[in-house]
Amino acid sequence: MTDRQRETRMYLVGFGLALTLTLVPFALVHWGLMQGRTLAITIAVLAVAQIAVHLRFFLHIDLSRQKREDLQLILFTVLLLAIMAFGTLWIMGNLATRM
Amino acid sequence: MSGGNLHPGLNLGDHHGKAHSGAEAVVFGFWIFLMSDVVIFGLVFASYLTAANPMGMAGGTGPAEAFDLGSVFAQTVILLASSLTFGFATLALRHEDGRRAIARWLAVSLFLGLGFLTLEMRDFAHMIEVGAVPQRSGYWSAFWGLVPLHGLHLAAGCLWIVVMLAQMATLGLVPAVKTRLLRLGLFWHCLDLIWVAVFSIVYLGGLMP
Amino acid sequence: MTDPIFGRLDLSSFAFVRAFDNPTVSELIGAGAAMAVVLGGLAVLVILTWFRLWAPLLRVWLTSVDHKRIGIMYCVLALVMLTRGVIEGVLMRTQQAFGLHGGFLTPDHFSELFSTHGTIMIFFVAMPFIAGVINYVLPLQIGARDMAFPVMNQISLGLTATGAALVMLSLVVGEFSTGGWANYPPYTGADFQPGPGPDYWIWSIVLAGIGTTLSGINFAVTIYKGRAPGMSFLRMPIFCWTVICASIIMIFALPPLTVAALMLAADRYLDFHFFTNDLGGNMMNYVNLFWLFGHPEVYLLIIPCYGMFSEIVPTFSGKRIYGYMSMVYATMAIAVLSFCVWLHHFFTMGQSANVNAAFGIASMAIAIPTGVKIYNWVATIFRGRIRMTVPMIYVVGFFYLFTVGGLTGVMLANPVISYQVHNTLFLVAHFHNVIIPGVLFGLLAAYHYWFPKAFGFRLHEGWGRRAALLWIAGFSFTFLPLYWLGLQGMPRRSVTFSDPSFQPFMWLAFFGAALILSALTCICIQLWVSIRQRDRLAAPLGDPWNGRSLEWSIPSPPPAYNFAVIPQVTQRDEFTDAKATGRAYAEPEAYEDIEMPNNTAIGLIVCVCATALGLALVFWIWWLAALSFCAMVAALIGRTFHTETTHIIPAAEIAADHRAWLARVGVAGAVNRLDETHERNAGLAIPERPARAEPAE
Repeated sequence: MTDRQRETRMYLVGFGLALTLTLVPFALVHWGLMQGRTLAITIAVLAVAQIAVHLRFFLHIDLSRQKREDLQLILFTVLLLAIMAFGTLWIMGNLATRM
Repeated sequence: MSGGNLHPGLNLGDHHGKAHSGAEAVVFGFWIFLMSDVVIFGLVFASYLTAANPMGMAGGTGPAEAFDLGSVFAQTVILLASSLTFGFATLALRHEDGRRAIARWLAVSLFLGLGFLTLEMRDFAHMIEVGAVPQRSGYWSAFWGLVPLHGLHLAAGCLWIVVMLAQMATLGLVPAVKTRLLRLGLFWHCLDLIWVAVFSIVYLGGLMP
Repeated sequence: MTDPIFGRLDLSSFAFVRAFDNPTVSELIGAGAAMAVVLGGLAVLVILTWFRLWAPLLRVWLTSVDHKRIGIMYCVLALVMLTRGVIEGVLMRTQQAFGLHGGFLTPDHFSELFSTHGTIMIFFVAMPFIAGVINYVLPLQIGARDMAFPVMNQISLGLTATGAALVMLSLVVGEFSTGGWANYPPYTGADFQPGPGPDYWIWSIVLAGIGTTLSGINFAVTIYKGRAPGMSFLRMPIFCWTVICASIIMIFALPPLTVAALMLAADRYLDFHFFTNDLGGNMMNYVNLFWLFGHPEVYLLIIPCYGMFSEIVPTFSGKRIYGYMSMVYATMAIAVLSFCVWLHHFFTMGQSANVNAAFGIASMAIAIPTGVKIYNWVATIFRGRIRMTVPMIYVVGFFYLFTVGGLTGVMLANPVISYQVHNTLFLVAHFHNVIIPGVLFGLLAAYHYWFPKAFGFRLHEGWGRRAALLWIAGFSFTFLPLYWLGLQGMPRRSVTFSDPSFQPFMWLAFFGAALILSALTCICIQLWVSIRQRDRLAAPLGDPWNGRSLEWSIPSPPPAYNFAVIPQVTQRDEFTDAKATGRAYAEPEAYEDIEMPNNTAIGLIVCVCATALGLALVFWIWWLAALSFCAMVAALIGRTFHTETTHIIPAAEIAADHRAWLARVGVAGAVNRLDETHERNAGLAIPERPARAEPAE
């Protein structure tokens, strides 16, 4: 298989996976197959999985040594985003329960 | 993929010479910019979640009356398809299929991007009709601060595609144009990635039974 | 209804007209400040025209993409704004000195003063000064020819200047926000401040903030991709490490500010409800978002200054920095921890004690890596051959005063104490106590230290000493009494007070403010005297302080391309090693052509368009806003159609210049450290043996 074919297939596989990971949560919500907390967690897990698919197949981020700087940057961004976003939700949520 | 990857996203490869080696710093810098932009979106998401409660909605229209799941699904699929077609444009660039092939895939992506924006505009018009306007409540302010922000980014991406089509026509495939196409690709894919969070948190979260 | 052409701009927007209609002391002071801005601007125009300086200014400076010139322009901007900020501070001290049951300023004018003072000192003094020093020094220290993105660098400068210009214009047209530098809604919302004040704040901050984010990207990519061969991360000078950390903060901590300010703009312009009192708005989220930016921001200010101290202390102690690795780890730890402590700015908001405890502990934890740094510097000085030059005077002042400021910070990190003293002058004393001895002393020391590199002559030592000592004394007299006043319960930001026992401390602080003003005057005199005596102070050979890193291995001022041949780095403290082993000042084997970026006017165009855009938005002149925004986008897109963006400097020209400099080095007399401040110091140092043997890396 040539490089070209392998790369094309990579995009197609990514597209297929992402489409599946989109169809499932939309179906769950549309037909009301799950409720409440279970549904919320399922949607969150599928979204994270789809984001990982996008990173791997469309943005070509992998764990190989050559691109470690980019990977470090993403991990660092995720760390800071987690601190800021979850910190915000924690503080504002805590405040809301006491108002 | 052949060796010598210098930056995130599809690499041009060594056969592109100076365009490939010159891309390293530029694409890395753009990647940092994207991470900064991701943080902006993350904070707007956090603010949205802070307002997504009865207090934030202040007795106004709720998401159930304003959102149209079918339209959002169509937008999602269109945007995903545009990611794929943009991937093909990048492959055409990497394997030197020539300007015409690249321009064709770019035009398809542009068409899909505009289609996405048209559907989104229609949704917004519907929301305004049912009173889901930012002046109504903190919740709708947060919504209108978040989803149109993604739309604006996408509109900027469409403008960028038009500029690149013009540059390919006038300047040809010089190294600067090639690295700009690589960066535009990263931008486009990144917007799709953010859309995953938008439909999961805002639309599916808002319409959860 | 607003006018379709002038928006809400009318005659009463002008400070002169307001003072004419209502000649109170407050309005007259406002009109005087406006007059100073207008006359200052006119004087600059006249001087430029009289001496026919327009063409060189445009050709050599404003269109330059050279990191050295951009760095100098940042520093000039910062010093101009510093003058305004100090005058405002002195005015506030004067008001409070006479503030028992009165004073001469109206409350609104006083509120404007502390709002502009804070905004200017943080965003348009400290940030541009730091950006300027980083711009100048960073590429030289890592052996690069320029920043990674020279044109973007120019655009960053343009946007920073835009923000500063808007704040200056607010003196003449309209008024500035009265909501403090943090500009909390709902007080700054449309209901309570319908005028242009908060809009000035929003647009100057947002536009300058975009510039800062771009600078952060530029610095980070320059360090990651632009280091000279052999310069591994762990061979970089500590200053470069602190720049990495500062750029991380620029990249990730400016977004919350942009988000908060734009949401506030949406509230004010489009009737959104992000932070309003009614309809589900949540003003607490503004506080949260602002300090998500605000706390990393203060570390963005102090971390590069730690780096500057880390260059100055080893140089003037004649020793390697003590504990290089612990310095690196401490810097990184501070950068990451700075994102985990923002809640300590609003312990009293109403969240539960557990949340407060978590953030209180995280805040105290920052003191640990900071303490590591202080000990490292002290250990570097220990048994060194210390020269008490001007930068070292600042360093010693920093040690004592900053430690006091840090300890009061640990006190404030305790929520229990914070409940007692928040919003009092204790807090004002604390943050001035870290920012003046930490950031400002660092910057002034760096100014003195790197000035001869930038201009080829040293600054006058005597006036420098006077300035440094006056800064130290002025700071102490001004702010240490405020600790006591805060503990006695005097609220910050109050225009008057009614307890007569506060009065003596207010007078003490007023005396300190006078000292600070004279310190600033000494800095101006020093610059004037040094320029007059530049022949006697000349140090063109490049190494006046027996420096340790690469920037001292090239002529002063350096050529546009910095290094005739990119150096091969083998060591930390590369230049010290090169001097010791005789590798310094060697003729390279071969010279090559150098490709350098062309000058461009894009940064200037962006600056002009963005200033017009900001003014148009402040005064609701929608046609101008649309026009200037479209012009800016069109100019940026148009720029990308240019392909001829670089020029070649031929190898022969480089070789001739470099050989001429080497020849001058060859015949010059080297000086030892005792003659460092003497006329004989032409920038060639006698390498001296370290006080104790330094083991190889």
